[in-house]
Amino acid sequence: MSDLLTFDNVWLEYGEKIVLERVDLAIAERSFVSIIGPSGAGKSSFLRLALGQEAPSRGRILLDGKVLLPECSPDRGVVFQRYSVFPHLTALRNVMFGRECANAPFTARLFGAARRAAVEEAEAILAEVGLGDALHLYPAQLSGGMQQRLAIAQALMARPRVLLLDEPFGALDPGIRQDMHRLILGLWREHALTVLMVTHDITEAFRLGTRVLAFDKRRVDPHAPHRFGATAVYDLSLSRKTPADTPDPEQEVLRLTESVIINTEGSL
Amino acid sequence: MRWVNVRPSRRGGLVLGALPLLAVLVAYLFAAAARHAANPSDKVLPTPSAMVAAMHGLLVDADPLSGRLIFWADTLASLERLGLALGICTLSALLVGLVLGVLPAARATLGGLVTMVAVIPPIALLPILFIVFGLGETAKVALIVIGVAPFLIRDLADHVAALPREQLIKAQTLGASSWQLMLRVALPQALPRLIAGLRLSLGPAWVYLISAEAIASDVGLGYRIFLVRRYLSMDIIIPYVAWISFLAIAMDIALAQLSRRGFAWAHQADR
Repeated sequence: MSDLLTFDNVWLEYGEKIVLERVDLAIAERSFVSIIGPSGAGKSSFLRLALGQEAPSRGRILLDGKVLLPECSPDRGVVFQRYSVFPHLTALRNVMFGRECANAPFTARLFGAARRAAVEEAEAILAEVGLGDALHLYPAQLSGGMQQRLAIAQALMARPRVLLLDEPFGALDPGIRQDMHRLILGLWREHALTVLMVTHDITEAFRLGTRVLAFDKRRVDPHAPHRFGATAVYDLSLSRKTPADTPDPEQEVLRLTESVIINTEGSL
Repeated sequence: MRWVNVRPSRRGGLVLGALPLLAVLVAYLFAAAARHAANPSDKVLPTPSAMVAAMHGLLVDADPLSGRLIFWADTLASLERLGLALGICTLSALLVGLVLGVLPAARATLGGLVTMVAVIPPIALLPILFIVFGLGETAKVALIVIGVAPFLIRDLADHVAALPREQLIKAQTLGASSWQLMLRVALPQALPRLIAGLRLSLGPAWVYLISAEAIASDVGLGYRIFLVRRYLSMDIIIPYVAWISFLAIAMDIALAQLSRRGFAWAHQADR
């Protein structure tokens, strides 16, 4: 598997404050990378860099060997914890949005055969994420879990090279979260996706990921805590290649933690 | 049961709402009757029959000088001015407000100018408008536009700028250009807010309209009120004021309906 996304000595600084330092990572194609770490350890900043929402203050980020422009583009899809869908569009129109933008630069609306093709494709993706019955509902009429399904469907429609998830299931009930895990793993296999997921939930990180990155500061200067940035202090490759079908996350974590101990690489 | 938990039913609410209106009406009738008992030719509190008689002339008899039905000519003239001005306000708010809200560079460039115009009391500009545009329709329409448009523009720009950042990022990851972002993400979400802003602006817009008509005009609701004031014609002033209130309420209800029908998604939380 080739490296899709490369971080080459990346730093992120805001004036005096260093958020990320010396991030050197290579993300393989079709991997599912979970990113964990304490609050304020730069997980979300890392995701924003990958997204192009911010530019690194030093170093380079390469996607497919080309330097990433500091601007969002359709080769990187994203699902946030909230506000990822458009409240003024029905589920179907939300999913069609990407296709409409790509094919109609001026009106951003499709007509005739092009529209029918987009509608069919959008309906197929919505059915795949389990929203086949909610095509014409507005996001406010959908539950939190259904809104996240919609956000994922919307991102998939643009066929991104990398899918970035920023605590996508953080606001959901535990039961719903299990369903979402099954869904995202299924989509990951089906669509051969490369996924970067930031999460607070360690169980989730190990359950879903083929690789777990833990972000934290290597050094802390008590007199100037802002002068040292965070980086990936643990980088664990999980050997598991047939993702969780087991319903019991506790057992899963135990099993995975064992495999982690065997397969740990690049840790301190 | 605590007072805060006492909620009237739908019908009960209507009855409660009608009570004070009825009370005001009855109080007026008593006061008018009392004054007329003391002085049969009293002009300050005219009786309903006196109002009907006075309005009849304006409603159905053509003015011998101009040949117009005065009441309807006044209404038409005022609504024309108001409609034209609010139309200009709406268009400029959409254009400028959207651009200011979506493009940080435009906001940095023009935000200060819009704020400066917005804090000028429009009535203070009325003499300038009369000097520049003359005493015709342009000055009156311009007064309403200057009074209302900056408020609408700022309101809309703030609303658009406050759209969740996640939405704008998401749209970009779906390939939207700046133009498409404005057209498909910002504009549809700005429209319900624009209607809400227009509803709030109706009050000030009427104030500016009546002021401009009072000072320099030869037809219009405000003109008529200030004209007949010279003859202490409360029997015309009171029906005119009631008519103006009715028009304002009708516009407000129409805008509210438009928003609810056209932008159902924005009113999900109301139900």
